[in-house]
Amino acid sequence: MAELSDQLMALTVLAYLAAMVTYAAEYAFGKRSHIGRAAARPARQLVGAGGPPAEAPLTGKGPVEEPPAVVDVVGGQPGERDRGALLARIAVGINLVALLLHLGTLVTRGVAADRMPWGNMYEFILSVSFVGSAAWLGVLLRRPGIRHLGLFVALTMVVLLGANGLIAYTPVGPLVPALNSYWFIIHVATIILASGILLFGAVPAAMFLIRTGYDQGKRRFPYTLGRRSPAADTLERLTFRLHAFAFPLFTFGALIAGPLWAEASWGRYWGWDPKEVWAFISWIVYAGYLHARATPSVKRTTATWIALIGFVTMLMNLFGVNLFFEGLHSYANAG
Amino acid sequence: MTELPKTASPYCEDKPVEITQQPAAAPPPRRTNPVWALLRNSWRQLTSMRTALVLLFLLAIAAIPGSVLPQRSVNIERTAEFFRAHPDLAPFLDRLGMFDVYASAWFAAIYLLLFTSLIGCVAPRLADHVRALRTVPPDAPKRLDRLPQHAEAERPGDPAAVAACVARHLRTRRWRTRVRERDGGVWTVAAEKGYLKETGNLLFHFALLAVLVGVGFGSWYGWHGNRLLVQGPDKGFCTTLTQFDESSLGARVDAADLPPFCLELTDFQATFQDSGQPKSFDATVLVDVDGTQSTRTFTVNDPLRLPGATVNLLGHGYAPVLRYTDRYGQAQTKVVPFLPRDGMFTSEGVATFPDANVDPETGARDERLQVGFEGVYLPTVGTDDRPTSVYPAERNPVLFLTAYRGSLGVDAGRPGSVYALDRGQITAGRLKQVSGARPQEVRAGETWTLDDGTTLEFLGTRPFATLAVRHDPTGLLVLGGAVAGLIGLMGSLFGHRRRVWFRMSPLDAAAGKAGGTVMVAGGLPRTDYPGFPAEFRSLVQAAEKSEGTA
Repeated sequence: MAELSDQLMALTVLAYLAAMVTYAAEYAFGKRSHIGRAAARPARQLVGAGGPPAEAPLTGKGPVEEPPAVVDVVGGQPGERDRGALLARIAVGINLVALLLHLGTLVTRGVAADRMPWGNMYEFILSVSFVGSAAWLGVLLRRPGIRHLGLFVALTMVVLLGANGLIAYTPVGPLVPALNSYWFIIHVATIILASGILLFGAVPAAMFLIRTGYDQGKRRFPYTLGRRSPAADTLERLTFRLHAFAFPLFTFGALIAGPLWAEASWGRYWGWDPKEVWAFISWIVYAGYLHARATPSVKRTTATWIALIGFVTMLMNLFGVNLFFEGLHSYANAG
Repeated sequence: MTELPKTASPYCEDKPVEITQQPAAAPPPRRTNPVWALLRNSWRQLTSMRTALVLLFLLAIAAIPGSVLPQRSVNIERTAEFFRAHPDLAPFLDRLGMFDVYASAWFAAIYLLLFTSLIGCVAPRLADHVRALRTVPPDAPKRLDRLPQHAEAERPGDPAAVAACVARHLRTRRWRTRVRERDGGVWTVAAEKGYLKETGNLLFHFALLAVLVGVGFGSWYGWHGNRLLVQGPDKGFCTTLTQFDESSLGARVDAADLPPFCLELTDFQATFQDSGQPKSFDATVLVDVDGTQSTRTFTVNDPLRLPGATVNLLGHGYAPVLRYTDRYGQAQTKVVPFLPRDGMFTSEGVATFPDANVDPETGARDERLQVGFEGVYLPTVGTDDRPTSVYPAERNPVLFLTAYRGSLGVDAGRPGSVYALDRGQITAGRLKQVSGARPQEVRAGETWTLDDGTTLEFLGTRPFATLAVRHDPTGLLVLGGAVAGLIGLMGSLFGHRRRVWFRMSPLDAAAGKAGGTVMVAGGLPRTDYPGFPAEFRSLVQAAEKSEGTA
């Protein structure tokens, strides 16, 4: 069972990789991309000076400059349109397969160890990334418009899981006595759920900033990604809702269940262990985000930057603390 | 009503509320006391949201060094190590309080300012909210069509009956509703919902205050002590301050306040995986509270809860029992805990016999004939020659000892470690190694004869447990505060304050037909609430459908 889990893990990474490639293909060839759009447009419009109205008054780097030679202008019109939609469907399908494989990896791991698969850093990252990935697909099904974020989500998953398998891999084993408590499930489950959603929340946050910059006329590299992203409002609202959902969960997991367990296990509910310090920092930063967003005089972009700082502290909390510091939460076996 | 207020309260905003309309006959402006003005402006600055955000970030940044540098309160050995490794830097950092970050003045300054700002922010909001809870929803604005949500419909029945019906429906949906009669047979229904948002918001912030107060009182009235407890009736301990290896009492706790009880470790069971990873620890103790004895078992996640204190199991190890017989045939037995230095319980320790070789005839004590042993205990010795244990349980236990004779340096009255010999005495030549270059291997039951004919007998080992004894009187208050805060937080995040108005005018006034009502509805979400249009539509639909005859 343990070997099966390891093989599934490899398949999961491959599937995310395939999903990433397909998302990228849709990005490049789909009907909303410039090549696709150029293809879908009749040839005489291509000869004319302007692109679509939204892009016409802007700088010269519009889709018009794309060499029209790469597409079969005459013959490929309806086919191109279908190809984009088809690619999109394939991408989401592969993503779903990847998610199921991911789930399979977790379940077999749990069965092999005969416990919840949250006992070391390898399993923890596996679980957090699963929650993030599931949150992504859940949001995607409700709002198909954000599908173009899929490229970044899949890329993140490949990097995260690849690094996890290479650096943090730990053979299957039972829990150390310190983790043998019912608080293990409560504390770690809520933390995994909250962390997964908070980490995923950084994707619409970053895209909101990119899109806002794009809307303001910025055309340098990161902002060009905003061309095909959902509307800034949608992204901003999604960012807030994800954070507003995950913040109470994180509060419960890190600041209530955690101290309750610490009191039973170490005799004190709060002792400024490095993990506790960084959970405190993340909590404060996300609280700052929620306050900033609720304050009309603070710009939404400023508030969103705070959410991204929260993302960085969260990464530090989940990975940095285990790798750099030695503390009471050192069950991680990182490397 | 064209200006739609976005927030419920003007407090905690960057700009103070500006009063644009001056009364017609304003008295000449009074000269304000500049000190008072400064104070008032500073207070406004401090309680503004921007300052609160800055303070929040300062607090987050200030917490970082506590995770990077070792903290005295967390790990005093690591702090000492840091001092040895950085003799120049450490004292400087120490002056900045970098090794006691969370007790330092600057950290306290940040969170006290933050909480002052918080009080200045939420106290007026509380007053506002109490007022809002007691006032009825305001009457409909003149132009409902200017509101974010708007609808119009015609209905049979006279305006009063329709208004009553709509109001009834709103009340069943838990809206706070007020029906008013206006001139010309016009009726209005004003309704408001979502007070829970501000209630939750205030609850959250006051709960934070409760947590702070709880933590503060906890550090004043709480205490804790650590104790290494070796198994056996001769090794029990009672809660007097001197019997703890290390202890710290809160500012308002006196040594006499410790609850009286005694503990004796009767049994300790540790089980391990084949890989050496621990599987379970169970400590059994004989507890004596005021003369009543009871046997209790506790483990890592299940502490021993006694009246006035909680005993947590932190770790364990082995204590070899050694009997030394000196030149005069006098035997002394010592049980010396050896501290584990790795996961396989390779343990280090010393056994000292400062009262050895005292002439029983004369009672004359020769300081140069004191004896000390330094050693490593391996619960399971490996097949290779390495001096590390390969398994944490006692499968093939061996004790490696080095013997020293001379002055141990204990008579000088200087405090020294009980887990190491005085290196100063050894380098000064006052304490000499008297065994061979390689440490002597001794197994349980074996006797080792030293160069002067004295013997050391290794009788076996006893387990020991390291215990943390702790009392925190405000733990429940802090927990209650945290839970209340979470509930308030959810209320403030998921609640939405919103208002709707319905105006019912008689139809004949508008179109000349009698017996009908023109219903105009408007809705105003007072916070960002994407679900409001849908809710408003369903309210209007329900108002249209329901029967007008009351």
